[in-house]
Amino acid sequence: MNIKYLLIILLVASQSIFASEKQIDPKEIQKNLRCLVCQGQSISDSNSDFAQTIKMVVDDLINEGLTEAEIYSFMSDKYGEWIVFKPQLNIQNLLLWILPYMALILGGFFIIRLFNTKNKITK
Amino acid sequence: MISNFGNFLLFASIVLSLSIIYLSNKNLKLNGNQITKIIFQLSLIQSTLVVICFFTLIAAFIVSDFSLITVYQNSHSMKPIFYKITGTWGNHEGSLMLWVIILTIFSFLFLIYNKNHPKKFRLLTLIIQNILIIGFLFFILLNSNPFSPLSPIPKEGLGLNPILQDPALAIHPPLLYIGFVGSSIYFSAAIASLISNYSEKNFASSIKNWILISWSFQTLGILVGSIWAYYELGWGGFWFWDPVENASLLPWFAMTALFHSIIVFEKRNLFYFWVIILCLMTFILSVTGTFLVRSGILNSVHTFASDPTRGIYILSFLSLMIFGSVFLLFKKYKTENYNLNQNSKETFVLVNNWFMMFYLVTVLLGTIYPIFTDALSQNKISVGPPFYNAIIFPVVVIFLIFMAIGPNASWIKNKFDNIKLYFLILIGAILINLMIILFFKNFSILSNFIIISALFLILSSLKDFVISKKKNNLDLARIITHASFGFLVLFIGLNHISSVEKDYNMKIGEIKKFDNYSIEFKNLELKDFINYQAVVGEFEILKEKDRNILKPEIRIYSNPKTLTYEASIKTSFIKDYYLTMSNIDRSDYYNIKFQEKPFMIWIWLSVIMIVCGGLLRFFKNAKNS
Amino acid sequence: MQKIVKTIIFLIFLFILSVFFIGLNRDTNYNTANQINKEIPDFKVSYIDEENFFTKNDLRKNNFTLINFWASWCAPCRIEHPLLIRLSEEKNMKIVGVNFKDKKEHAKKFLGELGNPYDVSTKDMNGKQSVLFGIYGIPESILVNKELIVIKKFVGPLSVNDLNYIKEIIKQ
Repeated sequence: MNIKYLLIILLVASQSIFASEKQIDPKEIQKNLRCLVCQGQSISDSNSDFAQTIKMVVDDLINEGLTEAEIYSFMSDKYGEWIVFKPQLNIQNLLLWILPYMALILGGFFIIRLFNTKNKITK
Repeated sequence: MISNFGNFLLFASIVLSLSIIYLSNKNLKLNGNQITKIIFQLSLIQSTLVVICFFTLIAAFIVSDFSLITVYQNSHSMKPIFYKITGTWGNHEGSLMLWVIILTIFSFLFLIYNKNHPKKFRLLTLIIQNILIIGFLFFILLNSNPFSPLSPIPKEGLGLNPILQDPALAIHPPLLYIGFVGSSIYFSAAIASLISNYSEKNFASSIKNWILISWSFQTLGILVGSIWAYYELGWGGFWFWDPVENASLLPWFAMTALFHSIIVFEKRNLFYFWVIILCLMTFILSVTGTFLVRSGILNSVHTFASDPTRGIYILSFLSLMIFGSVFLLFKKYKTENYNLNQNSKETFVLVNNWFMMFYLVTVLLGTIYPIFTDALSQNKISVGPPFYNAIIFPVVVIFLIFMAIGPNASWIKNKFDNIKLYFLILIGAILINLMIILFFKNFSILSNFIIISALFLILSSLKDFVISKKKNNLDLARIITHASFGFLVLFIGLNHISSVEKDYNMKIGEIKKFDNYSIEFKNLELKDFINYQAVVGEFEILKEKDRNILKPEIRIYSNPKTLTYEASIKTSFIKDYYLTMSNIDRSDYYNIKFQEKPFMIWIWLSVIMIVCGGLLRFFKNAKNS
Repeated sequence: MQKIVKTIIFLIFLFILSVFFIGLNRDTNYNTANQINKEIPDFKVSYIDEENFFTKNDLRKNNFTLINFWASWCAPCRIEHPLLIRLSEEKNMKIVGVNFKDKKEHAKKFLGELGNPYDVSTKDMNGKQSVLFGIYGIPESILVNKELIVIKKFVGPLSVNDLNYIKEIIKQ
């Protein structure tokens, strides 16, 4: 009984935590776009002409109602995947996203195997 | 002629290396445990010659001897003398000299500090290390010679780039090299150990302190690089998951894993082959990093100017190292018998290694994956902070908890003291986190978890300190390092969630207000300095009663024609104010980026404390032995 | 260690090092070839002299079109300009100029000084329309056919080789 109330309270409380994350933040998007004429800087950090233009375009796209994912899609359509710092979730990048956690799980197996195969010392 | 003298010394060093290898080999065939004096003498002379060679190059920079291509390309007579000196290693060719110095000095020191170890092991280490040294000397002589002459001799040099004239940038390479170049010595020792079958615990004690020193300096080097990025690059961040940054982080993960495993190996003679693999891995990753940075294969903020033959040479060297190590390992590998309990300290060391390997795989993958997609499918992708943050941060949460619990597990045994105490600490951590939420603001679920586990680590370390002080078995080095790591994550987390960032286009006289801040563009001045002109903006930042004046600059250098943006940073213990100003083409508006970054100085201090822990342990070890 | 494990490990290292070797020989300059073989986007630029708009459909009557993005303040644009003048003599292709983030007087002065190769002169004052084409620096030029498919994108000033390439293509 008590746990149910606790869960409800937690759910309500967590809504306020989640709520602040729903809006699109142009800064976040700018940070995730690469300035193509700079040496590795993001659009957010760069003062180049190109960066200024892209910032305006991003603002326009947000006003048109595009979601964050759609904006990235728009940019990579025009400029190629290189412009987005977060590698897209497609077949080509599958290994990139999966291998780290696979390595983690594999490592876990290795360690557990060390316990199972040998005798345990009792004292 | 400096050029001839330098080349002569390089050539002499090669001859010395070959002699050392030859004589060591001869000595190996003799009976007894005595190493002939001449080998020591030659090693000492070798180090001395390389140091003299390096100083010769420095001298060439100081006097601005433009008959050397390297001096011409990277120096200038008007450079302040401090930067003339440090500019010696701020370029590709000069930095290779630094590589060789560390390789040779470490080679000599390892030889003389390991008198209690078998002759075969010591001589084989010396031989392998000298093979590495010869490899680099050939690289220098054939491809990247700082003493290459230039004719006709130009009147002035090209190297007046103001961005490179910075104290932090000057000390950054030497620190890092003692780190990852220093790891060469335990690479060689590992190979020697495999060949000579020297696999007892004593092997651990021969390399333990070298691992500690290289790890401490690697950490320090990474710190200085981040501090430089923060102060100089003007975006207010200190880590960008840039390939060059990652290149320095990869060996660090291996070193940390190695340092923990060697404790187990020394205490209980377990995991020998894993320790060997880590020793080999560290230096291999160091050379891989060098390859990625200098070959031009990656595009990064930091890359040296690139030359394809450089890349081919380093890649060949790397391949030889990798295949040599792999084949040797295949030949010598024997399965070991393990008797492990689940709750023993050995297990927790394995857990550390497990997580370190995870971080390593993630960062390595992120760094080299674009190379694969570009080479195999002509498609260029970027792997930046969103990838690394998404993959690594969740795992850090659990990692911190293990860091807190692990050191308190007992060797071998299966029991676990004080579970109740840990629950109390966890509740304490959650309460503090709640206070942080109330005091600052709401933040994401993940950030909550990270802060809670960081607090858990800090409080556990405090608990450990109090308890072990009473019991008189205080391991101060470990407590400092682990607690400081907890602080590092805590402050990075707090900094991230409560940073304020605003971007405005402003004209002189304008005031922008937001929340309880106000930014006023008060004045613009043109100032003349010896080698640059500065456009200095004066801004007043008003936050409630707190008033600060910040003066960012746009610097116009004439030789070479560059524009730099100097951030104005006001540091205090609570927060940094960070302001950059840049001009907008064809307009009299300026683009202003204002940031308030809490706890920056605590982030730096945390890393310094981590290094202190490492050095403390080193000095303790040195004292004991 | 079993043979299989050893072979796999060896092959993995061989693979990684081979890819590094291939990567060494790749060109690191970025070329936004993304738009090639796709139809150009819906765009709207105003004529340099009036407020009317010039759009995609206005291009359909041309056999081939070269869309050239330029500005008076851009030094490489001066260098490529003579080549554009030569191209303007081609019968089978029209050249559309998009004046990028510039001032009308400066643009006119530039064209007066160096000649006007453009069949149509348009402008993109804030650079936003150019983004639709994937432009990130100037000068850039896009060669389009009658179906409005992008044949090639030239990043940077046109070279003589580019000139010959274009002449070949538009012969068909």
